[in-house]
Amino acid sequence: MLHAILSDKTVRLTALALLALAAAGLMLPAWVVNNMMFGLARGAAVLGLLVLWRTGLMSFGHGLYFGLGAYAVALSEHWLGLSDFALRILAAILVAVVAGFALGFILRRYRDIFFAMLSLAFSMVLYGILVKTEALGSTDGFSVSQTTFLGWAPEGKQVLFTAIITVCLALAVLVQMYLRSTLGRLTTAIRDNEIRVEYLGYSVARAIHIKYVISAALAGGAGGMMAMALGQVDPDSMVYWTVSGELVFITIMAGPGSVLAPFIGAIIFEFLRTYAFEIAPHAWQLIVGGTLLLIIFFLPGGIWSLLERIPFFRRLRHD
Amino acid sequence: MQLLFTILLDGLVYASYLFIVAAGLTIIFGVMKILNVAHGGFYAWGAYTAAYFIGAASEMGLPDWFAFLIIAGSALAVGIVLGLLIERIVLRRLYDHEEILIVLATFGVFLILEDLILLIFGVNPYFAYQPMVALGSVEMGGIFRDVYSLTLFGVALSVAAGSWWMLTRTRWGKLITAVIHDREMALIVGINVRRLFVVTFCAGAVLGALGGAYIAPTVSVAPGFAVDVIVLSFAVVVIGGMGSIPGALIGALLVGLLRALAVHKLPELELFVIFLVMSAVLIVRPEGLFAPAKARKI
Repeated sequence: MLHAILSDKTVRLTALALLALAAAGLMLPAWVVNNMMFGLARGAAVLGLLVLWRTGLMSFGHGLYFGLGAYAVALSEHWLGLSDFALRILAAILVAVVAGFALGFILRRYRDIFFAMLSLAFSMVLYGILVKTEALGSTDGFSVSQTTFLGWAPEGKQVLFTAIITVCLALAVLVQMYLRSTLGRLTTAIRDNEIRVEYLGYSVARAIHIKYVISAALAGGAGGMMAMALGQVDPDSMVYWTVSGELVFITIMAGPGSVLAPFIGAIIFEFLRTYAFEIAPHAWQLIVGGTLLLIIFFLPGGIWSLLERIPFFRRLRHD
Repeated sequence: MQLLFTILLDGLVYASYLFIVAAGLTIIFGVMKILNVAHGGFYAWGAYTAAYFIGAASEMGLPDWFAFLIIAGSALAVGIVLGLLIERIVLRRLYDHEEILIVLATFGVFLILEDLILLIFGVNPYFAYQPMVALGSVEMGGIFRDVYSLTLFGVALSVAAGSWWMLTRTRWGKLITAVIHDREMALIVGINVRRLFVVTFCAGAVLGALGGAYIAPTVSVAPGFAVDVIVLSFAVVVIGGMGSIPGALIGALLVGLLRALAVHKLPELELFVIFLVMSAVLIVRPEGLFAPAKARKI
């Protein structure tokens, strides 16, 4: 098992890339590190969407789990006084898994836009609850205190950055293992023809349910990391449909080709936004919309398919 | 009692314009199987165009009834121009793509249309209340309502009757019904499906723009005001059944009345109630309440 993990080229490349990023974090200015953290956190949620997208399913409401993860971090501090990194991540993932497991029984019956729209409706129901409940922080949300590591409260953001990189690496490796397992390989088969998969003796509903829970867990963990990186949670920046929309946009922009793609895409997105707001503050939606159209027209495999023109990256596909 | 009447009236006014917008959305979905997010863009463009020209006309001293011509003209112009452009430039390349990708492409178009509004009309709100003031208000059962809002009933009813007549009594309508029923079969018997797509998309876009143009005099037309409407008209279409005009009518009434009830009794639950109903309908009847029955194909 360990050998299989270590010999996987995608895993090696991901590990290498993220380690390089962690090392670079020691030298980069604070705002770059911040942007990287946002990008990595969002990338983990996009990884969750990638798991669904490989089956042809797209959730327009993954802000639901992103938000649940973020609020799990905020509320576990507010109610229980938790501030430990590992406990926060676990809380975020746990809450998302429970919710994803429950809603999965409903959503696994849906495909195409119905799946997308129902996800959207669920996420907006959570948004409505959060906005209108004083005990849950209403529109203001909560601030999230500094994250500690087994009681140690380090100065600066470098340690948190490294911790987030570690979590993203672990998530990417786990997803890569899942995609290479029998259950994961059913992904494309289900996309192509569900009835044939059923004839092979697999339950499509169950496979999709598992996939959905994995995807929810990733988005939940991502939300938790985002809350820690941002130091603040509120419904508009964590749950609203625009959050889900951004995740979908990054998924399409990055392309479904590799577990590394979501992180690359999300980091590019973060910097694109920073610069766009400086250079052309009124044209951000124009840029996003235009990019979306151009990618759909001319680059259906997203940014990753550009990288795959390089032989080194192309070999990863057949690994 | 008076409150009940107010809620009913508000709900019906709201339902009327939701229906106009949602009818366009549902026709496009029925024929083309495209969930057109750019519909919100048509709505906003209709509103801005109408507000701009109503303002200009009143400055030139043109009579008040002229505003209604402007509203109709803006809806037609915006719908046909944007409809043709988007169908030709964007949709035509994507007809054989996955549904979800087409939805995302129309989302991209929506974002572009929103920012183009900012670039062309600027960030300041537009007011075009002249037609509303001109028609005055009327007392009904102890409450005052502006007559203009009430004329919305008439517009919504004409849209409902007109589309019913179009779909069931004209040649074009019968062709469209055939395509809704079975696109491949329609192609085989020689219907020019592509041309029907263009006509349908423009007709739907005109309805979207009409919703915006007609509502413009009653609100301040400001950036981002289309987002609420597009989300709500999605809820209407999903609840009623995608592709069904009677469904859109029932969905609009349901959402309109629920929203009015929530606004007056539980203002904090407005959006929540509507999405809750949408979730419930989707869970019980995934195709919506009035979606036409479909044969299962393998």
